[in-house]
Amino acid sequence: MSEVTITIDGQEVTVPAGTTVLQAARMAGIEIPTLCHDPELTSPGACRLCVVEIEGMRNLPASCVTTAGDGMVVNTISPDVMDARKTVIELLLANHPEDCLTCERTGQCRLQEYAYHYGVRGDVFHGDRTEFPIDDSNPFIVRDLNKCIRCGKCVRVCDEVQGRSIYSFAYRGFDSIPATAMDESLAESECVFCGSCVSVCPTGALTEKMMHGVGRSWELEKIKTTCPYCGVGCNFDLNVKDGKVVGVTSNAESEVNGRALCVKGRFGYNFIDHPDRLTKPLIKKDGEFQEATWEEAINLVAEKFTQIKQEHGGDALALFSSARCTNEENYLANKFCRAVLGTNNIDHCARL
Amino acid sequence: MHEIAGADFILAIGTNTTETHPVLSLQVRKAVKEGAKLVVADPRRIELADIAETHIQHKSGSDLALLNAMANVIIEEGLWNREFVEQRTEDFEALSQAVKDCTPEWAAETTGVSAETIRETARAYAGAEKASILYTMGITQHICGTDNVLAIANLALLTGQIGRENTGVNPLRGQNNVQGACDMGALPNVYPGYQAVNNPDMQQKFEKAWGVELSPKAGLVVGEMMDAAYAGTLKGLFVIGENPLMSDPDSNHVIQAMDKIDFLVVQDLFLTETAEKADVILPAASFAEKNGTFTNTERRVQRVRKAVEPIGDSKPDWEILVMLSNAMGYPMQYGSPGDIMKEINAVTPQYGGITFERLEKQGLQWPCPDVDHPGTKFLHKDKFARGKGKFHAVSHVDPDEVPDEEYPYVLTTGRRLFHYHTGSMSRRAKGLAEAYPEEYLEVNPKDALKLEVETGGKVRVASRRGEIEIPIRVTERIQPGLVFASFHFRETWLNKLTNDARDPIAKIPEFKVSAVKIEKVV
Repeated sequence: MSEVTITIDGQEVTVPAGTTVLQAARMAGIEIPTLCHDPELTSPGACRLCVVEIEGMRNLPASCVTTAGDGMVVNTISPDVMDARKTVIELLLANHPEDCLTCERTGQCRLQEYAYHYGVRGDVFHGDRTEFPIDDSNPFIVRDLNKCIRCGKCVRVCDEVQGRSIYSFAYRGFDSIPATAMDESLAESECVFCGSCVSVCPTGALTEKMMHGVGRSWELEKIKTTCPYCGVGCNFDLNVKDGKVVGVTSNAESEVNGRALCVKGRFGYNFIDHPDRLTKPLIKKDGEFQEATWEEAINLVAEKFTQIKQEHGGDALALFSSARCTNEENYLANKFCRAVLGTNNIDHCARL
Repeated sequence: MHEIAGADFILAIGTNTTETHPVLSLQVRKAVKEGAKLVVADPRRIELADIAETHIQHKSGSDLALLNAMANVIIEEGLWNREFVEQRTEDFEALSQAVKDCTPEWAAETTGVSAETIRETARAYAGAEKASILYTMGITQHICGTDNVLAIANLALLTGQIGRENTGVNPLRGQNNVQGACDMGALPNVYPGYQAVNNPDMQQKFEKAWGVELSPKAGLVVGEMMDAAYAGTLKGLFVIGENPLMSDPDSNHVIQAMDKIDFLVVQDLFLTETAEKADVILPAASFAEKNGTFTNTERRVQRVRKAVEPIGDSKPDWEILVMLSNAMGYPMQYGSPGDIMKEINAVTPQYGGITFERLEKQGLQWPCPDVDHPGTKFLHKDKFARGKGKFHAVSHVDPDEVPDEEYPYVLTTGRRLFHYHTGSMSRRAKGLAEAYPEEYLEVNPKDALKLEVETGGKVRVASRRGEIEIPIRVTERIQPGLVFASFHFRETWLNKLTNDARDPIAKIPEFKVSAVKIEKVV
């Protein structure tokens, strides 16, 4: 593959032909802000935040849709570039409710981050403001179009990754929004609530309903693990606060699934601390379960199994292991059954 | 898994991936988007059929006729891969003889699919550069499930659509660690790594590793355990994280069998239907409360990481097993799941090089025999596990139970997007339970008209084994004479209806075909 060499902020970078200026800058460790760009999706070049100055070009091109040419000289932090970016953010804030105090996305909102970084306040431009009712018609996703910056990532991820095209842009100009078919609520649409749109939304326009109010992003510890539902083996981050799982978010480093998840994986976690969880060993006495200590329960089971084994042989015992348990646990179950109970009567629900 | 997206032809047979493996279905969508031809073969018009070029809506239980007819076309029209068949397979003659009379015209009658559709599908599959077959329990949950799988393998061997990237015969595993449970020897006939219990060398190997005498006699599968319990020969049962009362066929029989067991121990997260029958319940920790590994459908071993402490006094299953083993006089000393994995490495060749240290960085696909091995992306590259790929002569049989005058409908069962297995987890997940609160029976408009029931109306469904009441949903997605529902809901206890007739080899019950009668509840 042929290569091109370009200079970005005085630094020479050699990249494969066809690389965009944005990608080249990131490969060189130079950060350019983006709102509508996503490495897994097509680039519409819509938000204009990633503009740069390129010698010999008349205006400021968007780096996400400009292909690096050999010998190109790029400046990502010139005064004109900084001014342009500030204006973009000022315009976005002119129609954005600045309720960062209560917004669920605070701390991981790209708009908030850039406003802070570029020192932009929301009182520069004064004009119309859109007012949309909040769509919380379903148990999973809260859709607040007042916070939407029309980056279109939700439209693209639903089309390009999920293949469902629940959203597309409707209406014109200032009134345009990413809408469902016939502009219905998500609950009324064909949405299957995989939450991919939430995982790419740069602002608080799309948020996980069940994570509202449970903790600020910086308070949440993220632990990468493997989903307990189907056999695909998606990875995600369990979000933990004060020793409690309060949410699931995508982890882009997941080999199998990237950021994609399904409704069960992303929103099916709150069985973990459901009040129905069994918390104590139980022994049935006269038809009623009574709480017991681990010692009592284990001793009783050991005694009964030993007795059956002695009286009827190991084959009078059997063990159902579990496709929900870990490999290590299944290994031990297999060892326990064969070596301790003394029978090969072990199976699980592989056939069901 | 990502290989699926690179195929230029996909036959998805008996697999409802958009609901049962949603994230994997994205790869199928991707392939279609990039121009692959998708053929969906399923008695229901499942969602994936909407993006397929062809939907083969064959009768439930007629897969073998369909697959054999495809083999017939491939042989008759000379579309088979001579080089591949000569070099890498054996017993071609046997197959050739077996499918000689399985013409598409013959199959048309059994399957209800036109001969031309069968011909076109066979041609497209054989002619594709990289063709992949995906299947799940629509293929296996029949009394001829093993033969169905062999018939699929026959097609791949005939055409050489296997052992290369983006091709193959790809069973999609249903549950998070069903692959790993099999790998780890949670099966009656094999030790970890599929080492047969009746092979004296293997028996000796594990006797040495575990320091005890072991039985060379293969054990019972789940269904046989139930029969043994019913007969009174099985006295004690230990159930870990399973709910056979709801998940196994012919629940009434399972309930009676469970009642006869002298001593039942259930280890689970919740008081499941099965746990209610227990003498002792041991509270287990959830996936979020323990460390370990799961193995996914593509044999990828990945880490499960502890995020929170076990709730109440619950404990991870491995800790409970260690306690119990020690109490029964067989000492087990493991400080952590990582320690257990070290023992797995030593006795399971496929897992020889899969260590927690390596998994910290990324998952590993077995076989991975040693710590320097990178893992194995796809199997059967240069040779098959048994050497040459063997063709099997298999032929169509009718389901164990076919509709008759008294039980005129066929019930087929499966899963829904929002729920999982017997619902013990998903029905307690707030959002999922709210989004999909109750089950319904899918009924074709023609049948609904006959039954005089509309969507939302209740029917009584009865088989020779039991009966339930369930609301219906009228939908064109199901063919006349066939009805469908999932087994997730206790209120509509579907497995009270299903048939426990099993495939003689794989012992998988025929969940996909039960004869039922339906009447309106007034």
